[in-house]
Amino acid sequence: MAIKLPIYMDNHATTPLDPRVLDAMLPYLRDNFGNAASRSHAFGWAAEKASEDAREQVAALIGASGKEIVWTSGATESDNLALKGAAEFHKDKGNHIVTAQTEHKAVLDTCKRLEKEGFQVTYLPVAEDGRVRPEAVAAALTDKTILVSVMLANNEIGTVNPVNEIGAVVKARGCLFHIDAVQGVGKIPFDVNAARADLVSLSAHKMYGPKGVGALYVRRKPRVRISAQIDGGGHERGMRSGTLNVPGIVGFGVAAEICRRELSVEGPRMLALRERLRQGLQSQISDTFVNGSMEHRLPGNLNISFAFIEGEAMLMALKDVAVSSGSACTSASLEPSYVLRALGVEEEMAHTSIRFGIGRFNTEEEVDFVIDLVARKVKKLREMSPLYEMAQAGIDIKSIQWAAH
Amino acid sequence: MAYSEKVLDHYENPRNVGSLDVNDPNVGTGLVGAPACGDVMKLQLRVNDQGVIEDAKFKTFGCGSAIASSSLATEWIKGMTVDQAMAVKNTQIVEELNLPPVKIHCSVLAEDAIKSAIEDYKKKQGARGGKDQVA
Ligand SMILES: Cc1ncc(COP(=O)(O)O)c(C=O)c1O
Repeated sequence: MAIKLPIYMDNHATTPLDPRVLDAMLPYLRDNFGNAASRSHAFGWAAEKASEDAREQVAALIGASGKEIVWTSGATESDNLALKGAAEFHKDKGNHIVTAQTEHKAVLDTCKRLEKEGFQVTYLPVAEDGRVRPEAVAAALTDKTILVSVMLANNEIGTVNPVNEIGAVVKARGCLFHIDAVQGVGKIPFDVNAARADLVSLSAHKMYGPKGVGALYVRRKPRVRISAQIDGGGHERGMRSGTLNVPGIVGFGVAAEICRRELSVEGPRMLALRERLRQGLQSQISDTFVNGSMEHRLPGNLNISFAFIEGEAMLMALKDVAVSSGSACTSASLEPSYVLRALGVEEEMAHTSIRFGIGRFNTEEEVDFVIDLVARKVKKLREMSPLYEMAQAGIDIKSIQWAAH
Repeated sequence: MAYSEKVLDHYENPRNVGSLDVNDPNVGTGLVGAPACGDVMKLQLRVNDQGVIEDAKFKTFGCGSAIASSSLATEWIKGMTVDQAMAVKNTQIVEELNLPPVKIHCSVLAEDAIKSAIEDYKKKQGARGGKDQVA
C-alpha cells in the first residue's frame, strides 16, 4: 500500500476522528438535533437518552458509574472546574494544594490563579525518569492540604505516574485527589477505584473522538463536592450549566467504547510500533537520548533527543511527518520545554528533542518511512552542525565559554 | 509557523556549508551563540591580498531561520571587502528573509558571526604584523 503524505504522528496533540465515531455522531447533527434539557417532547428525550448512554460508555472505560460523569467542553475546562471548584468549596478546610512541575498548563495556570486568590501551591519536582514519587507527595501534605492534582500520563514525554500509590497516600490524609487522565485513558488501563480518585479529567479528542467535548468524573461514594464555575440553567446537576453538545457527547461515548473494547489489542500493537521506531532510529543514528522513563511510558510515545540538531530545524526537515518538538523555537517563549527542564534534561539537549506520538491509524510502513527519513535528515543536519563538528574533533562543548542569551 | 520562501530556499539548499582551515592566517573564524539557547553559528571567511573576502563558509546549530540567516550572510559577504562586510546589518537580513519578530535574534546572531570572524582575522593579521593593516 502506498504511503499517504504527510504522515500524522502527533497523537498527543490530538487524534483523528475514528470513522465509526463520525458515523455515530451524524444523526445527532441532522435529524436528532434536540436539546437534552427539553423535557416536553421526543426531540429532547432522544437527545437526553443519547447523552445518558454516552455517560455509561465513558464511565465504563474508567470503572465509574454514569452518574459520576459531568460533561464539559474539554479537559482544559475539566481541570479548571476540578481545581477551582474544589478549592472554592473546601476553602474553609484549608488553603494548600499539591501538584507537580510537569503538569499540563491547564492545571499549572489554574494553580497560579488560585495562588493569586490566596491559596498556597506546592509544585513537586519529578525524578529524572519524569515520574512523581508517592513519597514526595506524602512529604508535601500538611494539615492545610485540601487537594492533590497529579496527571496519569504526561503529554510530552508519555511517562506514567504511579497514581494508585499516590492515591493511597492522598486518601490516607483525607485530601481530595484529582487526576488529569487525558493522555492515559484509552491507552493504558485506568480505574478510578484503584487510583482512589475523587476527580478525573478526560478529553474526547485524545481518544479518537471529536474536539470540544470532555468530562469530569466526580465521585459519588463518598460524595465529592465542588463549586460550579459556570452558572446558568443548572445542567449537569448544577455542576456545569450550558446546553449539552449532544453530537460531541455521542461521539465521546462511542470513542470511549471503542477504546475499552480494543485496548487489549491496541495497547500491544502501539507498543510494537513504538519499539520498532525506537530501535530503528537508535540503530541507525548515534547520540540519541530517550527523555523520561522507558519502563513507565505510554505505548505510543517516543520523546527522543538527537544531539547537535536543533528541534525546529529537525521539524522543518521532517515536513512530510507531523511531529512536535520541545525546542524553544516552536514556542513564543524562547524557553525550551518546562517538562524536559523539570526532568533535569540540560537546556541544550531539551532544544534537540522530538516527540513522536504513534496512534491507532499508524502503520508499520509509516514507521519504516519515518525511520529512514529521520536518519537521512539527521545526517544532513549534523553535517551542518558546528556542535557535531566539535564533538567529532573531540572538543568538549561544555569546555567552551559560550555567550549568554 | 509558516516560513518565507527565501528561508525555505536557504534551509533546503544552504549555500556555503563547510569549514575553512582555522590555522590559515588569512582565515577568520567566528563562533557565536550558545547551545543552551538553541543556536550556535560558526562563520569563517578567507581574505585575499586585496582585502577582499574570497570565500566564506558556515555551520549552524539552530532553527531554520538561523540556518537561513547564516547561509545568506556567507553568500553576501563573498566578494565584499572586509570593511563592507563589517557594515552588514541584521536588519538587512531580516528584510531579505522576511523574518518574523520572534526570529530577529537569528539575524542578530548572523551579524555577530560576521563581525566576530572579521575580528579574529584582524587579530591574526595583527599578530603576524600583517600585510593589510589598512583599516
Ligand atoms: C494532559 C492534558 N491535559 C489537558 C489537556 C487539555 O485538553 P483539551 O484540549 O480537551 O482542553 C491536554 C491536551 O492538550 C493534555 O494533554
